[in-house]
Amino acid sequence: MGAPPVAEELLVAITSDVDVVSARQKGRELAAEAGFSSGDQTVIAAAISEIARNILMYAKRGEIALRIVMNGDLDGLIVVARDQGPGIPDVTRALQDGYSTSGGLGLGLPGARRLMDDFDVVSIPGKGTTVTMKKWRRRHAS
Amino acid sequence: MEVPILKQGLYLIASIQSALTDADLSALREALIERVGKYRARGVIVDVTALDVMDSFAVRTLRDIAHMARLRGAETVIVGIQPEVAFAMVQLGLTLKGVSTALDLEEGLAFLDRQGRERLDRVQGRGTRGGTTRG
Ligand SMILES: Nc1ncnc2c1ncn2[C@@H]1O[C@H](COP(=O)(O)OP(=O)(O)OP(=O)(O)O)[C@@H](O)[C@H]1O
Ligand SMILES: [Mg+2]
Repeated sequence: MGAPPVAEELLVAITSDVDVVSARQKGRELAAEAGFSSGDQTVIAAAISEIARNILMYAKRGEIALRIVMNGDLDGLIVVARDQGPGIPDVTRALQDGYSTSGGLGLGLPGARRLMDDFDVVSIPGKGTTVTMKKWRRRHAS
Repeated sequence: MEVPILKQGLYLIASIQSALTDADLSALREALIERVGKYRARGVIVDVTALDVMDSFAVRTLRDIAHMARLRGAETVIVGIQPEVAFAMVQLGLTLKGVSTALDLEEGLAFLDRQGRERLDRVQGRGTRGGTTRG
């Protein structure tokens, strides 16, 4: 795919639990602006909540970029979550239901993957983690 | 955002009014458990109608509230989970196993009343209402 035109970008710094709430609220607002159904808005907000909390829990700080893209007759909402934390040594394992190094449910990453259409994790131990996830909707001719 | 907790007879009703941070959720858990003892409550209702997202932390905290309240002698009912929130929870793989739920506040109160009657019947050695008995 070529580079789709960028319509809007929002950056949310994640440094405390208040930021987790504002990241998911901004995600919901942007999704609403882009015409996503309220069901999809909730799904996007839930996925952002999980990924933002992971940043806080494992990397202490990071940021979440939200952006709407257009691709043919599709509109997409793209969430990029970046941190410079410890990284994930085994991403495949971290994406399995129930895998947690913190005594959690181990559902954040695999759950967010199920909620979104595209999901990608790039992580370098000692350097950090970037989670990119996308939700698409078909643009209706008006 | 502090969650108001109302005392109604033997029940405590916590009505969440807006989005809650993790710290808010933890504070709600502490406040409810403390008040179950203080007011000798038999039932706890947590109304989550206003929550537009339930993620793993929220679900874990609600489960903790229900389990801790039960250890203190009170039954918990979660009411008002919105359809879209329920959908996202299922996709995430989050369950409220072992926690009672009801559609809304009214149903939640009816559930607690039923539980209370059954408990009384058991204590008094009678069968429960509605023709069912427990072994
Ligand atoms: N940003 C991150 N940086 C470093 N490690 C991470 C990051 N995100 C996730 N992980 C690792 O991946 C594991 C799985 O993450 P996931 O969100 O699925 O579960 P969890 O956070 O352990 O529990 P839950 O989210 O269900 O409460 C984590 O336990 C952690 O080891
Ligand atoms: Mg997590």
